[in-house]
Amino acid sequence: MAPVLELRGITKSFPGVLANDHIDLMVEKGEIHALLGENGAGKTTLMNILYGLYNPDEGEIFVNGQKLEIKSPVDAIKAGIGMVHQHFMLVPVFTVTENVMLGEEYVKYGDVLDRKKAADKIHEISNTYKLEIDPDAYVSDIPVGMQQRVEIIKLLFREADILIMDEPTAVLTPQEVEELFKIIHTMIDQGKSIIFITHKLGEVMEIADQITVIRGGKVVGSTTPHESSLNDLASMMVGRDVNLEVDKTESKPGEVVLEVKDLKVLDPQGHVAIDNMSFNVHSGEVLGIAGVQGNGQTELVRALTGLLPAIDGEIYLLGKEISKNSPRKITELGSAHIPEDRQKDGLVLAFPITDNLVLNTYYLEPFSKSIWLDQKKILQNGKELVENFDIRTPSPTTSAGSLSGGNQQKVIVAREFSRPIKFLVASQPTRGLDVGSIEYIHKRLIQKRDDGCAVLLVSTELDEVMQLSDRIAVVYRGRILDVLDANTATKELIGLLMAGIIPTEEEKQKLGSKQKQIRLT
Amino acid sequence: MDKSENTQKKPLSVFWDEFSRSNILVIILAVFTGIVLGGVLVAFTTNEVYDAFRVSFWNGLGTAIRTAWNTYVSLFTGSVGDPQRISRAFESGDPLAIRRAINPFFESLVQSTPYIFGGLAVALGFRAGLFNIGVEGQIFIGAATGVWAGYALTGLPAFIHIPVAMLFGALGGAIWGFVPGLLKAKTGAHEVIVTIMMNYIAFRLVDWLLKFPMKDPTEFTPKTPWILSTAQLPRFFDTPIRFHLGFFIAVLMAVLVYLLLFKTTWGFELRTVGSNPNAARYAGIKITMATVVAMTLSGALAGMAGANEVLGVNYRLLPAFSSGYGFDSIALALLGKTHPLGVILSSLLFGFLRNGARSMQLAVGVPIDIVSILQAVILAFIAAPAIIRTIYRLREPKHKEDLVTLGSWKG
Ligand SMILES: Nc1ncnc2c1ncn2[C@@H]1O[C@H](COP(=O)(O)OP(=O)(O)O)[C@@H](O)[C@H]1O
Ligand SMILES: [Mg+2]
Repeated sequence: MAPVLELRGITKSFPGVLANDHIDLMVEKGEIHALLGENGAGKTTLMNILYGLYNPDEGEIFVNGQKLEIKSPVDAIKAGIGMVHQHFMLVPVFTVTENVMLGEEYVKYGDVLDRKKAADKIHEISNTYKLEIDPDAYVSDIPVGMQQRVEIIKLLFREADILIMDEPTAVLTPQEVEELFKIIHTMIDQGKSIIFITHKLGEVMEIADQITVIRGGKVVGSTTPHESSLNDLASMMVGRDVNLEVDKTESKPGEVVLEVKDLKVLDPQGHVAIDNMSFNVHSGEVLGIAGVQGNGQTELVRALTGLLPAIDGEIYLLGKEISKNSPRKITELGSAHIPEDRQKDGLVLAFPITDNLVLNTYYLEPFSKSIWLDQKKILQNGKELVENFDIRTPSPTTSAGSLSGGNQQKVIVAREFSRPIKFLVASQPTRGLDVGSIEYIHKRLIQKRDDGCAVLLVSTELDEVMQLSDRIAVVYRGRILDVLDANTATKELIGLLMAGIIPTEEEKQKLGSKQKQIRLT
Repeated sequence: MDKSENTQKKPLSVFWDEFSRSNILVIILAVFTGIVLGGVLVAFTTNEVYDAFRVSFWNGLGTAIRTAWNTYVSLFTGSVGDPQRISRAFESGDPLAIRRAINPFFESLVQSTPYIFGGLAVALGFRAGLFNIGVEGQIFIGAATGVWAGYALTGLPAFIHIPVAMLFGALGGAIWGFVPGLLKAKTGAHEVIVTIMMNYIAFRLVDWLLKFPMKDPTEFTPKTPWILSTAQLPRFFDTPIRFHLGFFIAVLMAVLVYLLLFKTTWGFELRTVGSNPNAARYAGIKITMATVVAMTLSGALAGMAGANEVLGVNYRLLPAFSSGYGFDSIALALLGKTHPLGVILSSLLFGFLRNGARSMQLAVGVPIDIVSILQAVILAFIAAPAIIRTIYRLREPKHKEDLVTLGSWKG
């Protein structure tokens, strides 16, 4: 039997970039085919070609053995191909049903929308595939994981047989990822085939039947989870041996750089998000904040960087009280901030990389003189940082929005690290990034620490916190339950604290004595 | 993947870059299509065409084409000039005849001038993420303050009186922009609603000013006194050509707005706030400040449009003098992709159309509204470039990625 899908020699170039270089790909029916590659490898481009969003320069597409011309998503849908995009394409003010119907509207009495008929079909789909969803909820009201389900239902509604999922786990919590994997297995049981795009090795090992690795627009290998290991995949993906562990020496903590005393912060809805929190960060150390998402991490970071006012308590940065200071004042004291949402807070996507690299220094020498921007210096700075921080882009004046996530993050890191800083808040610094970028950013963070910078690392990835930190503070409902020494802390102990359980001394002894283990995600 | 070294850029390239990204071909084709459709419309609304169709189809078609053609010929001669008449005038050597023959062109520039000011006002606001619908009201206020400075401040030499009167106009408009800016910054009141309200206040306020405090006592109808000759924007030719200094002031303002937006730290701040207010906050930019400043400057530019009209064209303020410059400005600023250079070009287009329309009405009896329809059609096509791309089978723009990310709304 012919494979459900075959791509032969797909080639696509963008100005200055060969995004896909003669890519061959074969997907058998009922298979979960992982497409693995670093950010910028060309995964999205390939799938956009398959989905008819781009026209390839060269190459052929076969569906069920038949050669097809896919000129637009309409053709793709006709051929049974559906895609869940990296960025969802939902209308927030529409209900789930309306979003699913969009473009495929059922009508009655001439042209009145038949919501009921559509809702019935959605019901049926959600029963068959165990996709729980409220068809009448507004998309703006449901969490990200649920929105992704809406996207999946959209495809099933259009009776897609080949489902492309572009980095579907990037925006999900660990629990939501589990749910998604269950859904994927149900779909396979129903005879669908799935192309699962990711750069996360752990996921590939867990879910894929077949793995195709692409790098720099070329297929560099094909394998299965049984035939290869995490390290093999990582090396294949990055093109060299990768060190999955973080190399770091013992920290040499110096004086206190950040001191937080009885801090109290409200979230925008007026609930207490940070409740009487106190801690210190010393120069030359990484303090990791571990915790389940939504336990006050966001508010803590925003309070420390002047983006959210504290209603009580004090924050001392290098001895100066800053809880009432503006973000600019705090930045000027030598504080840097890698925000948790790089696209929302950290970058102006419409601006060129060069401008993003001076986003908080544009008003200072040498980038401006009095009110005049010095475009030459800004461009020169951009060129240097693009070079030094290995930002992959056709040109330093490309808009930040057209970069891959890893490169966008590198722009932020480059900007924050290129000025003299004494304190760094890194919030989810590697969320949604590929191995290469994660390795790189981890290395840079440790480098900053060794340069004597005080680093506050906030991450919901426990492994990341454990790998990088020298001390680990576990937050639960806006309080720090305990601060542990990273050398002796175990995942189990931290896990208990993250769930809000404070173990007795005895339990602590037991958990603490276990060998430290680090697993890679 | 490879870092190609095509990174060298000339300093002025931004000016062009920003603008060319919007695909000029689409704009040109939209204008062209608008003209064709306008012609069809003219033919449809002319009785003779129907009469001719009753005779025979070909007769009708011929008459339809002739009518449309004549309309556009008179639109052209009305806005640019009649080439035959110009050459005859130059042969005769009579200065008055020459001036009359070339007047249409200069009159179009006169018409374009308030559009440039108004379009810049809208564009500046837009770049800072603000939709200034209040340009029309700001024009009225600017005209009132400008004209007051023109007739009430006596004893000033021209080289002081003119700038002072222009500044008064700018100041009036600035106040009218400052209020919605402040309300937005302090209370979050949406500038669209507030500026619409401010428009009504401006219209009625100027009505009242014209009837009472600023009324010329020697007149029966509400009019202000004539401004002093020292406040008149100098004209470059004798009658009937009204082309005056205002045009160059407008172009100068376009250059200033360009420099402000793209070459200064303030412009950097405004554009950052306009493109991503969250990132602006993160970068330590004061959003409230940028909002107030942008609205104030936008109002000031609009106010200059009003002052320009009273100081350069009418020499006094009459009721309902602006006839929608402010609202057209919104459209043309978008047509010009909110870029100063684009604003100048689209202002010229609007100015020439508006001026040509008048003589078109006189010469062939086509209602002046046809030009409004033409403008509307052109704008509709600009707003929906997909239509133009389909009609002319243009290739999709390279930056499809933009389309894709537009679909996401998480930001
Ligand atoms: N629309 C585009 N215009 C120019 N370059 C693009 C465009 N889309 C992607 N690229 C470039 O093509 C390469 C592959 O990108 P992409 O397919 O998004 O990678 P991935 O999805 O594997 O992270 C990158 O270098 C990216 O910068
Ligand atoms: Mg991608």
